[in-house]
Amino acid sequence: MKISARLFAAASVAALSLFAGAASAQEKLVIGTEGAYPPFNVLESNGELTGFDIDIAKALCTEMKVECTFVTNDWDGIIPALQSKKFDAIIASMSITPERKEQVGFSKKYYNTPPAIAVPKDSDLKDASPASLKGKTLGAQGSTTHSNYTEKHFPDSELKLYPTADEYKLDVTNGRIDGVVDDIVVLSEWVKSDAGSCCKILAPLPIDPEINGEGAGIAVRKDEMALADKFSAAILAIRANGEYKKINDKYFDFDVYGDK
Amino acid sequence: MSVINELIPPRPAPAVLERPLTAAKVVGMGVLVLWAILAMGLLSMVIEGWDPAKFERYGPRYLNGLWTTISLVGISIVLGAILSLPIAFARMSKNRVLNAIAYAYVYVFRSTPLLAQLFLIYYGLGSFRPQLESVGLWWFFREAWYCGLFSLTINTAAYQAEILRGAIQSVPRGQHEGAAALGISKRITFLKVILPQALIVALRPYGNEIILMIKGSAVVAIVTVFDLMGETRYAFSRTFDYQTYLWAAIFYLSMVEALRHLWAFLERRLTRHLTR
Repeated sequence: MKISARLFAAASVAALSLFAGAASAQEKLVIGTEGAYPPFNVLESNGELTGFDIDIAKALCTEMKVECTFVTNDWDGIIPALQSKKFDAIIASMSITPERKEQVGFSKKYYNTPPAIAVPKDSDLKDASPASLKGKTLGAQGSTTHSNYTEKHFPDSELKLYPTADEYKLDVTNGRIDGVVDDIVVLSEWVKSDAGSCCKILAPLPIDPEINGEGAGIAVRKDEMALADKFSAAILAIRANGEYKKINDKYFDFDVYGDK
Repeated sequence: MSVINELIPPRPAPAVLERPLTAAKVVGMGVLVLWAILAMGLLSMVIEGWDPAKFERYGPRYLNGLWTTISLVGISIVLGAILSLPIAFARMSKNRVLNAIAYAYVYVFRSTPLLAQLFLIYYGLGSFRPQLESVGLWWFFREAWYCGLFSLTINTAAYQAEILRGAIQSVPRGQHEGAAALGISKRITFLKVILPQALIVALRPYGNEIILMIKGSAVVAIVTVFDLMGETRYAFSRTFDYQTYLWAAIFYLSMVEALRHLWAFLERRLTRHLTR
């Protein structure tokens, strides 16, 4: 009760300062992110947020000449939190999907990478076809395009849903599940690290436009599409002025933006 | 012969009790109105948001989840009851070592969160796969359902042991002495004199424990079990509709309500010799 009261107080202060900010010369935005999705958004042990999403967000804010602050939120509740005005935009590798478009508005994509499947190194799986994965247990993070993808394309496999990526990584490491489905960048970064040394990428999976949508975008409240348009313009601007490439090259050795 | 000559004159009607409108009364009415508005709001939310497509798609999953929750709680309560017997007796034992072990068990499991216990069992033990495989226990700890059952069982065993111990010790000493004076053996005394009286005392706390377990079992959704809460989270993740949680609340509420009535019935039945 006390904590929620304090949170409420903090939220109202934040809301007030938001009002004040709107009145002052420089606009202020609160950006929501997850902080458990390396290399896109990570909450470091010292409390600092890092990652591709965060750097892109900072570049966009500079481009839009607004002052941005970041808050983290559980993935499960990130859309309701946006709707209840806990923050003004979600920059957390959220794919633009029809299901989500009913709830929130999206900017244009800021990157688009295909899903992939990772398995333990000693796995006897040869390919990622639905037939060879029949009867196997697959893991994915809940409320993601990857969980929907797995459910649709591997109907004969058992699907387990985890609250964050950290947990499915633990379970595929100890062999409870036979494979995990997630973004290819997330998985390949992970198998390169010490923690992911158990596993390898089995295969990239073909993009299903109906599920994966057009890539990851910035989510805003539905009645604030003007903000989404500002973000879209800023994305194109940092693509043009080389800022995007600088951030991209810091994390990846290929262009994650995908096709035009 | 006496005859009534004079009737008692009619008495005035009793004075109307003065019921002033106090501040407490106003507040009470206000709160009632607030509750009514809230209830109506929830009801209208259900009616307004009623979507046959969602019902068709997620209804069967909810029932599956309901069954998972009921079986998980049912089995763990029974196993916990069996496990609680030796623990309760160890707690009452005069043997210091036994007593200390049982006390430590109860102390640890009652004073740490169920969620932490579940995580330690599911992810903690999960990282000892080679060792578990070598003793042939991996098949058990591999499954999230078994891990959930295991942690619920050892948790409720600690609580049930304390309920049982308290109830047994609440039976007055005179009952032991009376049975001994009649020459009844200790074993029979316990089974036929002490335990029946203890169980009446324990009935309510047992009911509370089951209710707490029904609600507490929702934590297994975090370790991938599709219980009622797990199915709710799934439905919410696909629809972003708060009603999914409302339905979960309705299901949990009806389980607890059914149990409450069953318990009221059991208590009436078991204590009918005590009512006067």
